Amino acid sequence: MTDAPISRRALLAGAAGALGARALRLAQAQAPALPPDPTKVPGAPVSPLGQRSPFERPRRIPVGNRQGSSLTPLQELYGIVTPADLHFERHHAGVPAIDPHRYTLLIHGMVERPTVFDLEVLKRFPSVSRLHFLECSGNGFPSYRSTRPELSPQLIDGLTSTSEWTGVPVATLFREVGVKPGATWFLAEGEDAAVMARSIPIEKAWDDALIAYGQNGEALRPEQGYPARLLLPGWEGNANVKWIRRIEIADRPFMTREETSKYSDPLPDCTARLFSFVMDAKSTITFPAYPATVTDTGWWEITGIAWSGRGRISRVDVSTDGGRRWTPAELQQPVLPRCHTRFRHLWHWDGRETTLLSRAVDETGYVQPTFEQLRGARGAGTTYHFNHIRPWRVRGDGVVLFGLEA
Amino acid sequence: MSPRATGAALATALALVGGGCRRSEPARFGFGRPATAEEIRAWDIDVRPDGTGLPPGSGTASQGAAIYAGRCVACHGRTGSEGPFDLLVGREPRQGFPFGRDPRWVRTIGNYWPYATTLYDYIQRAMPLDAPGSLQPDEVYGLVAFLLWRNEIVADTAVMNAQTLPRVVMPARDRFVRDNRQGGPEVR
Repeated sequence: MTDAPISRRALLAGAAGALGARALRLAQAQAPALPPDPTKVPGAPVSPLGQRSPFERPRRIPVGNRQGSSLTPLQELYGIVTPADLHFERHHAGVPAIDPHRYTLLIHGMVERPTVFDLEVLKRFPSVSRLHFLECSGNGFPSYRSTRPELSPQLIDGLTSTSEWTGVPVATLFREVGVKPGATWFLAEGEDAAVMARSIPIEKAWDDALIAYGQNGEALRPEQGYPARLLLPGWEGNANVKWIRRIEIADRPFMTREETSKYSDPLPDCTARLFSFVMDAKSTITFPAYPATVTDTGWWEITGIAWSGRGRISRVDVSTDGGRRWTPAELQQPVLPRCHTRFRHLWHWDGRETTLLSRAVDETGYVQPTFEQLRGARGAGTTYHFNHIRPWRVRGDGVVLFGLEA
Repeated sequence: MSPRATGAALATALALVGGGCRRSEPARFGFGRPATAEEIRAWDIDVRPDGTGLPPGSGTASQGAAIYAGRCVACHGRTGSEGPFDLLVGREPRQGFPFGRDPRWVRTIGNYWPYATTLYDYIQRAMPLDAPGSLQPDEVYGLVAFLLWRNEIVADTAVMNAQTLPRVVMPARDRFVRDNRQGGPEVR
């Protein structure tokens, strides 16, 4: 099996489903005229900015507009890194236009020295680069609250992406301003039109939080917080405040609208969980999965991604018979903490209908739960942190559909 | 930084344990510039449950109703329960807190928000969507009073200001618990 036919097929089916037949016709119409033999004509010259092959047209799927999100095409990606222009989006009042020369980060509150840092100064501090996933805690909602067979990995789990983030540890900045004794939380506030704000436990700053300005080797994309954002490895996307302009250190949480009325988790015992930051372990098969099809019996490589906000993925089990038998999948090295991990499992399809499953286990011993287990713990009405097992039903004709019934 | 100061800073850094501090890093770099009181005042807009951050000013439900009709109706409906954007008004269900059990219940200010001060904080920072940050304190207090009255939490005559708003107890105040997930084999 080669990657190209799968990618192409998935692309066309995905494009047809997401954008409609008109967009598909347009894409086909734009396919370039090629020489019959590329070895017999000179190739294209060098250029200042690379472009994708005109045959490759991966696209996010936007949902909503300024207060909406756009979904990463997980089924069209290889490895673990998400190209920056395909990183998912989730905004609360659109993408602000910020001049990096006028940008500043203010840190104040319970500090010895309230300080303003401009972008050049932030970059002058010792920097670190780390690969981490970033995921909206609403990811997976369609597979829990509004499931249907025609769901792709992109539509279910497209609110997760992995980048190499470069920035300055928040701990370095906090030492610089001198955090006062008794400080336990800090407010992170963005420069968007929602002035989006979240309270963060200060331990995360001392642990691994970054003010990131680099993404996959270049400056952050505007949609990901240009020129600087908070990055809290393994914690729900909303708390990773983009376009960060202010940090206020305090001795209690601020109880903003996002962290109380929105990103909280109603539970079946008639309470609601506050500050549920960590993303529990999760995995999903990205091939074969709708809209891709398995076109023939024989050998196929099942592949997907797994990740945990609590550390490394220690194992991904795959089942090709609806969960009766489970086999550990191969994990692509390096397996990094709080980062997408690529898994692969070779599968010989006999042409009979079956269900494919993946189940992630992280280094704390947490096992990705079934839908029934998760619903038992969280209730049918909960609204975030949907990390249950995603089943993919392979029909006898090779069509693959999402396998959870509403 | 002078060589002597660098040496002292280095010694301090070496004394630090953990925290991601590299052995060669000084305790401080001396980067950045002091924030002025004026700079902090201009950006320090948050309002907390104990009332910290609430500005002078006041408003009532009737004052708020007029602002609501002009600035909020298009997104939140005539009475606050019509949408198309977030539903603001609604106390049902009066008993229990069944949002986890039953996906049919829609969260509103009246049945879900734990702190009244969050209303002030959010409206002044993010609303209205087409002109965020444009409302004056009296207008925000008026809108808060209107929304609390519509949700049957304060009387129609109540005056909301920096003293009264933090004392408003929201119906769902005691329903919120801290995250008890901790990894390991248990699904919570």
